[in-house]
Amino acid sequence: MFINWLLRKLLVMCGYIANYGYTDGSGDWYIVVDSDKCDGCGKCVEACPKNVLEVIVDDYDDKVVAIRKEHHKNVKYVCAQCKPVSGPRDVRCQKACPSDAITHSW
Amino acid sequence: MTTEFYRWTENTWKSPDIDWHKGQTITCGIDVGSVSSQAVIMVDDKIYAFCNTRTGSNSPDSANKALSISLKDTGMKPEDIQFIVGTGYGRVNIPMAKKAITEIACHARGANYMGGPAVKTILDMGGQDLKGIHCDERGKVTQFLMNDKCAAGTGRGMEVMAELLQVPIVDVGKMSLDVKEEPEPVSSTCVIFAKSEAIGLLRSGWTKNMVLAAYCSAMAHRVVGLLERIGIEKEFVITGGIAKNIGVVSRLEKELKLKVKPLSPDPQIAGGLGAAIFARDLLLKSRKTA
Amino acid sequence: MITAGIDMGAKTIKAVIVKDNKIAARSINPTGFEPVETAEKTLEEAIKQAGISRGDIKKIFTTGAGRKSIPFADNSVTEVTADAKGTNYLLPSVRTIVDIGAEEARGISTDASGKVLDFSKNDKCAAGAGAFVESMSRALELTVPLMIEISHKSTKEAPINATCAVFAESEVVSLIHTKIDKADIANAVHDAIASRVCSMVRRIPIEKDVALIGGVANNTAIVEAMKKHLGVEIKVPEKPEYVSALGAALLAAA
Repeated sequence: MFINWLLRKLLVMCGYIANYGYTDGSGDWYIVVDSDKCDGCGKCVEACPKNVLEVIVDDYDDKVVAIRKEHHKNVKYVCAQCKPVSGPRDVRCQKACPSDAITHSW
Repeated sequence: MTTEFYRWTENTWKSPDIDWHKGQTITCGIDVGSVSSQAVIMVDDKIYAFCNTRTGSNSPDSANKALSISLKDTGMKPEDIQFIVGTGYGRVNIPMAKKAITEIACHARGANYMGGPAVKTILDMGGQDLKGIHCDERGKVTQFLMNDKCAAGTGRGMEVMAELLQVPIVDVGKMSLDVKEEPEPVSSTCVIFAKSEAIGLLRSGWTKNMVLAAYCSAMAHRVVGLLERIGIEKEFVITGGIAKNIGVVSRLEKELKLKVKPLSPDPQIAGGLGAAIFARDLLLKSRKTA
Repeated sequence: MITAGIDMGAKTIKAVIVKDNKIAARSINPTGFEPVETAEKTLEEAIKQAGISRGDIKKIFTTGAGRKSIPFADNSVTEVTADAKGTNYLLPSVRTIVDIGAEEARGISTDASGKVLDFSKNDKCAAGAGAFVESMSRALELTVPLMIEISHKSTKEAPINATCAVFAESEVVSLIHTKIDKADIANAVHDAIASRVCSMVRRIPIEKDVALIGGVANNTAIVEAMKKHLGVEIKVPEKPEYVSALGAALLAAA
């Protein structure tokens, strides 16, 4: 049992953590994707009201979710609707993900 | 003729010992960045030639220029290259590349080749972006962030300061270390605001060296802040043009209390080199299945 | 009662004198490298304009980025508070204020009495502020007024991708080389700034009436672009660059 767990752990831990977004004078604004947990199901892509995400095939030939290129530099703004300065947060991509693969840094 | 202070030296290198005709694999990686472009030619698993040149107004031309400069005096023609991988800003616009791979993956691979399997953290300060990459002992990416929104902490930011102070960019690092005592870092993160701040400092009696020191210090500080997101673990290497700026590198080392592992033959070729290595992998794989 | 408000901005310093709840004088100077001296000078000019003497001023309040550096001020207030007060005085129907300064932009949501309910800002980044307009005018080799004028004549869309003003400058230079009409580039620049500012403002509730204040509000091309992006009418008070200083002066009288 332990060997199975160990093997699974070793096999699973070969992905990467991607921070899509930027830091500028006003702070850190990143959408973080854990490629180990993401299987490219695309539920977050559908849930996003602003079409920020897309499923790609990465450099290591795995399906994974990423931010669309045109949104790399305006994450703070385009995600504003789900994370207003005051008021309830409704981060739909995070909610839609069945494996906790996607989070926001702010 | 006006001197363009932001111009750094373009360079090229060719191996004196390798005879490419004897190579089993001849591959090439072309990295077209926003400010500089590199072409790296590998014969088997050795670096055969490379060149580092300024990116022009369009990607295909820049790729061609880099490739032809690196092939100069080698007797090799583009047709002799068996697999080309493109990367960088222009990766989707490099017509002779068979495949495009992200600069993140290529930098990790290139840094791993030059720095060895102990390399864990890579800082790439490119012309218009800044990347923080964690990789494993094989050069596979385990974490990354790329910051290409803001000029503070990029080569372009440094060029702006060099131009303002009328100092050749290759001298910036040296001059910034030639100060009696380390001044307070410039307070603005934004290069545009830092520019006005610098003018004010000069008017209040600061020397150029002091202003450069303050700017390099601010840049190092900003880079650390950015890297803290993914953490910094040994061995720590720096790629990209800024690796040649000892003013920034030494201050980074001081703030991180870590020695930066130098990369040779040239830290600026990490992207192109990684692309050439990927090209070799893909070439060998295709031969196996053929 | 006579009070004064001094807005210690990054680019310009404004002084407003309020006498018995009416604007008595307004004066402005570039901040330069000696802000305290410039503040003195600007205040003196306003005093002369109002036809009063220094001793007539009951209280002086400061606001703006450099508000804490004035030794002769009685108190300082935040830009957000000053903006809300000044705007409420000039345009009492306004509930959402957008203030675009040289180095910072703010979105403020207020109630009917001008009290601040919420705000968002875009500081430390030249791309969301007036500094971007100036940097672009340099890249286009035009004065700002000329850039605004030709912007209205634009017929096509031009792509401006860079969010950073430094990168946008190089991008504009290469766009000019590809023979794209400067009018279209100028328009795209204004559109980019407006779009960025509006995204920042959308982080707070947007309620009519919406007002645009700050020096950049004088830029008619940006006002047009912001109307387009927000989809609402935008009110711009007379001499929008003075609203913050006015607010400070009014608060000094409270």
